[in-house]
Amino acid sequence: MKLIDRARMKSPWVLHYNSGSCNGCDIEIFACMTPMYDLERFGIVNVGNPKHADVLLVTGPVTYRGARVLRNLYEQMPSPKAVVAVGTCACSGGVFRNCYNCIGGVDKVIPVDVYVPGCAAKPEAIIEGVLMAVERMSEHTPLKRGK
Amino acid sequence: MAVKTILPFGPQHPVLPEPIQLRITLEDENIGQVLPALGYVHRGIEKAGENNDYPLNVFLVERICGICSATHGLAYCLAVERLLGIEPPPRANYLRVVWAELHRLHSHLLWWGLLADAFGFESLFMQIWRVREMVMDVLEKTAGNRVIISVNAIGGVRRDLSEEQISEMLHTLEECEKQLYALLPVMLNDYTVKKRTAGKGVLTSEQALRLGVVGPTLRASGVAQDLRMTGYAAYGELGFEPIVEQGGDCYARAVVRARECFQTIELVRRALQQLPDGDILTKPRGNPNGKAIVRVEAPRGELMYFVVGNGTKNLERMRVRTPTLANVPALLEMLPGAEFADIPVITLSIDPCISCTER
Repeated sequence: MKLIDRARMKSPWVLHYNSGSCNGCDIEIFACMTPMYDLERFGIVNVGNPKHADVLLVTGPVTYRGARVLRNLYEQMPSPKAVVAVGTCACSGGVFRNCYNCIGGVDKVIPVDVYVPGCAAKPEAIIEGVLMAVERMSEHTPLKRGK
Repeated sequence: MAVKTILPFGPQHPVLPEPIQLRITLEDENIGQVLPALGYVHRGIEKAGENNDYPLNVFLVERICGICSATHGLAYCLAVERLLGIEPPPRANYLRVVWAELHRLHSHLLWWGLLADAFGFESLFMQIWRVREMVMDVLEKTAGNRVIISVNAIGGVRRDLSEEQISEMLHTLEECEKQLYALLPVMLNDYTVKKRTAGKGVLTSEQALRLGVVGPTLRASGVAQDLRMTGYAAYGELGFEPIVEQGGDCYARAVVRARECFQTIELVRRALQQLPDGDILTKPRGNPNGKAIVRVEAPRGELMYFVVGNGTKNLERMRVRTPTLANVPALLEMLPGAEFADIPVITLSIDPCISCTER
């Protein structure tokens, strides 16, 4: 068990979901994977399957229709898991706060561990956010709790 | 006997950065009927545009789509300027072209990277996105933000370019062009690229015209239609010629976008060389009244803004018609008959932007 936990902290896999964002933050998440920023040097891999993922990156103010998908994705992820809200909309609703089809913020739907503000959030900030989420996640695991 | 399967493609899928669902009926490996399910990113921006003051709406419409935000801001500003009856200064027009074209360049490079990723050509994806980072750096240095640059304001632009910034921009674009030329043989002639794109998702020019397709998807089917030919902002003075390919398949669409990258660099260069001196902003006075329709060329095709003012600070109505909405019917004609493995490439070939489409 200890070995698995240690491995998980060294290589967290991220899943990305756009729940009503303008694409700005999504392309910055993609930019994190490319040579200039290169998230993979931290062992972070972008996956498409929620059952493989440890960290969920959510962008956008969460629309009513997207909320169900977002909740589904979150519930399909195995524990321990962490959620990073990327961008101002995901943190609070941003400019879309008063739009009729927006719930306004990811934390209204699923629990959020790390908030990354910015419109669009910069790749440096997103990397920092993912690393903070991993740190937080390791605090919940038996590995650290035993100490 | 063929086995019939109904496959939900999306809303969350690794090849799609955005949620859209395609319900695909498969007969063995071949695609039968395709039904799209939209509405995952509908936020209600048009309604919000009626509640805000009209100068504030610039920030809202720029967030309709992050990838072509400069074009959205430009179209909205042109429409409101027409209602107010003001004319931006010539320098502002040229600067608008510079930033709009830089946005087109980063959008096309982004698309090329995603295309390469869709058929598993990881190294090309990385190479192209490395070139794209140079464009993002230029945007950040000149406009202060990487993606949503917010340079357009009603009556002109918000930021000016200094001599140093212009020379630095020209220098970076030259470097960018050089690196793109080095990648071009791989992008256009590589075996993998050709095998996965040539002859896939063919759209004839008759079909394209009948379905009302716009943008690079239309130009790849042999129709020379580009709204920059109408000469809005400063395009009329820059000698713009549309880029047309005859193939109508995914490969032709990729070639159009690759050639447009170089054209865009050339347009920015020309705009910076001819950049007139003077003011960058005409102060807007009064409140908008009347109706105006503005059409501009976004990276994905024709973008239309229809605004109605009623003499108050708020708009009566703001309507946006985006290019992807016009291109989805073409997608639904291209997919049936294709093979299952080609779904990602054909879907990407229209450069779908769902957050534009649903707003």
